This record gives sequence, structure tokens and C-alpha cells, in this order.
Amino acid sequence: MSDNYEPSSAIGKWFDKRLPLLTLFAGHVLPYPTPKNLNYWWTFGGILTFCLIAQIVTGLVLAMHYVADADQAFNSVEHIMRDVNFGWMLRYIHANGASMMFMAVYIHMARSLFYGSYKEPRELIWIIGVFIFLLMIATAFMGYVLPWGQMSFWAATVITNLFSAIPFVGESITNWLWGGYAVGSPLLTRFFTLHYLMPFLIFALVILHVWALHVPGNNNPEGIDVVQGSQDTVPFHPHYVVKDMFALVVFLVIFAGFIFFVPNLLGHTDNYIPANPLQTPEHIVPEWYFLPFYAILRSVPDKLGGVILMVSSIAILAFLPWLDTSKVRSAKYRPLYKQFFWLFIADVILLGYLGSQTADGLFLLIARIATAYYFIHFLVLMPLLGFVEKTKPLPKSISEPVLSKEEREGQATQST
Amino acid sequence: MKKIIIKITFGFLFLTSYGFAAEIHEPLHPDWSFEGPFGIYERASLQRGYQVYTEVCSGCHSMDLLSYRNLIEEGGPEFSKEQAKAMAAMFEVEDGPNEDGEMYMRPAILSDYFVSPWENKQQARVANGGAYPPDLSVIVKAREGGADYIYSLLIGYEDPPSDMEIDDGVYYNIYAKGEKIAMPQPLYEDGVEYTDGTVATPEQMAHDVTMFLTWAAEPKLEARKRIGFKVISYLIILSFLLYFTNRRIWKDTH
Repeated sequence: MSDNYEPSSAIGKWFDKRLPLLTLFAGHVLPYPTPKNLNYWWTFGGILTFCLIAQIVTGLVLAMHYVADADQAFNSVEHIMRDVNFGWMLRYIHANGASMMFMAVYIHMARSLFYGSYKEPRELIWIIGVFIFLLMIATAFMGYVLPWGQMSFWAATVITNLFSAIPFVGESITNWLWGGYAVGSPLLTRFFTLHYLMPFLIFALVILHVWALHVPGNNNPEGIDVVQGSQDTVPFHPHYVVKDMFALVVFLVIFAGFIFFVPNLLGHTDNYIPANPLQTPEHIVPEWYFLPFYAILRSVPDKLGGVILMVSSIAILAFLPWLDTSKVRSAKYRPLYKQFFWLFIADVILLGYLGSQTADGLFLLIARIATAYYFIHFLVLMPLLGFVEKTKPLPKSISEPVLSKEEREGQATQST
Repeated sequence: MKKIIIKITFGFLFLTSYGFAAEIHEPLHPDWSFEGPFGIYERASLQRGYQVYTEVCSGCHSMDLLSYRNLIEEGGPEFSKEQAKAMAAMFEVEDGPNEDGEMYMRPAILSDYFVSPWENKQQARVANGGAYPPDLSVIVKAREGGADYIYSLLIGYEDPPSDMEIDDGVYYNIYAKGEKIAMPQPLYEDGVEYTDGTVATPEQMAHDVTMFLTWAAEPKLEARKRIGFKVISYLIILSFLLYFTNRRIWKDTH
């Protein structure tokens, strides 16, 4: 990091003296020392930032043409698809963008779980991330309601009804949310308002997320601290700017594949039927990215219990830095955890599959076991592993594993 | 091992979560010209499909989201402006109020939406034994199975099995949910007389009208695929450039 950065132009000097933005970017962000061994799993932070901006930009234009009214919402979306210049493209980018963003955020979170990025000293980065994830869930859900198709309407009905499970005040809260005694225009209007607001809150949290990241610096696949002033780091620019851009463009190829060739693959056909309060769809299913949580919700016969369990399944993430008792970060050096990590991933995918099926018979039984395992992973396995697991020896530095034998011996004699 | 798990992960996410419900009769799958990454609509078929819609379907089904000007737009049936004007003029729409404060009827023009056969939903219900004939504007996107399902449904009428009880106002159709449907068989041999001389078999009419309805639901399909091809080509070239730039930058880092 070059603390002695000085703008070269006179205007730059004048400006920087009053508001040191140039120093922040040219002196800190661009040369930010980044571990040199980050793999492609680390590119999803940049990808997510791009997705967020893309959602905000496309959403802004969509909002210019969308009408948040129960009688007009469905047709206004079709108006965007048919009459607005490139409206179909904006809407398909926005709708598939939500899916792509969740895909990226799940990979981003799984990477953090695998390499222990949530551990000391990065707990706050992780917790802010959990809040970003929570806001993403709320934003995506409200966005899904806006086209006011059958799935929109019934998803809104099911989810807002969950609040009625709260003892004593549940009913009042639900009516307050609805702005009436049923799901209708008042709810749609407030969802639209909140859907518009929340991405900006997410953006603010992303700034905090990155700020908090820049204090200790990136974790890395070895999960060890970088040795200050060593060969362990490279400047963020150009090394990671270009690497992230390459990864982003590859990601965009897949994204574009969805937008231009299978734009409705991830959606549900029922959402092209205008909302009808008198007709419940056969199966009410959420978007794919909510399916694991939906399975957890439905695995409990009691409504309140289901809601508590579903909320806990996300809230528990925030406590992970303290539930995990192991001092070793990376799963590369944790042979037992590594297996349990993949088991956990498999469990979440299984829950996702069960969320798409009807909740009865064998499916319900498996969903209950999978839900139990989800919590056991965090509440029992993570605390226990730190005590029973025999971890592999950690390398001395990031550079060490890639040095030849001679070089390593050379270093060893130097250090003694 | 890891790779296999990842593959299974994504396989599950995309395939199984919205798997098709098991039906006794899987919809037929005719060759659609609009399938595949480069598929486009067949103009002549779209034009015939419009004829089937107006002469058969539009007796009961509205298409509120379509207007007569759409018929001349690129990527659609691409009727000439004169043809579309004449087609619109065959329908009457209410306009007004005029200077005297009166509503009046006039022939439809290009900017008018397709004229609905009903004044309101209730009238449609009463006229159809309580079943509301759904609007067809996005029907192909609103049904699982899409074009295949609509096509199959249109020609799926058969005599019911002897052990099945069929109520009045309900018809037997092997592709309908529960094999029963409130819509009577719409397509019969030579139900329409095609202006281009094509033989109007039920299969031909079903094919044409389904193509037309697919276009109605997804009118920008052709532009979408065309632009998509360019976007993806551009991105792939860019990714190669970035790949080599990236390699160059990291060359000296070990």
C-alpha cells in the first residue's frame, strides 16, 4: 500500500486536499495488497457487485414503466415486454438476474464456509454478509410479487400469512402489512416501494462489507495470515481486477444464455396467469433459490414452529464464527470438516429438492431428517469438530507450499 | 469427487425442481420452427394461425394484450399494412364520447386492441356454462408444456372410455388435466378455408394456431435470439482476450 500517494495534476491535488477520494482509490483500493493464491472461488464477490448494479440499473428503467396496482400490474409488465423498447430484454435481465445473483451468493457463501473466511478476525465481514443475504431474500421475494401473476399473489399470501403465527398480535400485524383484510393493491404498492428501497440498503451494506474486508485483508485458500511485506501478496490492480473481469465475463456468458435463449426456464408458468384470489394454484412453490428454506418451513407441522425454524436457519449463520471452535480456517487442512462441509452442501441441495415436492409421506420424513441435520451441522458438529479433529500442519506462509524443496530449505536456514 | 458433487448440485437445481408432473399422456412434440437457438416463426403458418384464431377461437377467447398493429410488426405474421387495416376494420369498437357526449361504434383501426367477444367476464361465464374461456395472449407461456401442450390439447378429443362418466358441458380430452375439459372440440376437418390453399386438417390448424399463440406470448423471440447470438459471441471473444491478458499479468507471480 502506498501511503505516500500524491495526485499528479494540480486539479487532483486541489480536490484530494479537500476530499481524498483519489487517495482512497489510487492509494488504497488499487494497490490493496491481496493474497496471491486466491482461486476462482474468490471472484464471486466482484460478480455479485456487478449483479447488484445490473439489478439496480435495469430495475430503475422497469420502474419507469411498471404500474403498482392490482388491476394494472400484470398488464403493465406485459406492456414492458411488448411495447417498451428493449423492455423484454430489461425484464428478462432483471428476472434472471435475481436467479444469477442467488447462484453467485450461494457460491460466495459456500466458499466462505469451506475456507473459514468467517473466522477471527473477519467475523464482522461475515455478519454483514448475513444481513446482505437477508435483505436479498426480502428484496427478491417482494420483486417476485410485483408482476402480480398467480404465483406472485399466492406467494405473497403464504408468506404474509406467516406473520399471523406470532402469538396474540399476529393477526393485527398481518392486517397491518396487508393494509386491509386481504392481499391486494395496498400490499402490492408497499412491496413495490420496499423493493425499490432495499437494493440501496444492500448497496450501503456492501460498502461496509468491503470496508470491513479491507481492514484485515482477504482470507485465502491456505487460510493462513499473509506475512507482511513478503512475496505473499500482489496489488489488487491489475492482478485481481483482470482476473475478476475474466471470471465475470465467463459468468455473463451463462447469464446471457438464460436471458436470450431460455428466459423463462427458471420461472413458473403459473406466473403468466393473472392473479386470481378465488383460485389457489395446485402447488405453490417459491423460486428455486428459496426452496431449501421452504422445505424447512414445511417440515414442522406447527405454523409458528415452522416460521421459527426457517428464520433460525438463516439467523444461525450469524453465530457461525463462535459455533466453529476450530482455530484452523481452511478446510484444506481440516480433513474431517472437509467431509462434513460436502455433507452439508448435499443436505442443502436435498432440502432444495424436497422444497419443490409436495410435503407428505416419505418426502416429509426425509425433509425432517434433512432439516434436523442442517441444524446439527451448526449446533453440534461445528463446535465439536474443533475439539476432536486432528488438523494437518499449516504451511508457514502462502509462498511456502509453492516453493521448491531447495528454496524452502534456504528459507529455513535463513530463519534459524 | 468434488467435480461430481458440483455437477449433481447443478443438475438438481435446474432439472428436478420444476420437473413435469407425471401425466398419463405426455403432450405430442411436433417439429416447431421456433425451437432451438436459431429457430424463428414460420410467417405463412402465423398468418394461417391468425385466420384460425379469428374464425374459430375468437368466438369465445379474448386476446386483450394484442393489437392489430402487432400483426404488421417484424418477427410476427408480418401482414402488409393494408391487410392488417382491413382485418381490423372487420371489427367494431366502442369509442367516444363525441361532441354530443354520446358513445358510438366505429370500425377498429391498427392501434386498437383485439376486440373481445365478451363485454365482461361474467357474460363470458354465463355463455359458457360457468367456465371462463381464458384470455389467450400469453397462454403458451402460462401452461406447463407450452406449445406442445396447447397443440396436443386442440387435437386430443376422443370418445370417452365406456367406464367414464362425462357430465354435460364437459368434454373428454386425453391431454387435459383429469382428461376432462370444459372447452368443446374446436377443430374439425376443413373448419376454416385457408386463403393460401393449404389443406385444413385439424393437425394443420392446431399447428398453425399454436404457432400464432406462441408468437402472441413471445412476440420478440426472433429479435431476442438474434441479439443473444451477438451478445454471446462478443462475450466469448472478450473472455479470450481477458484470459490472455490475465495470464500475462500473472506471468511473473509464483
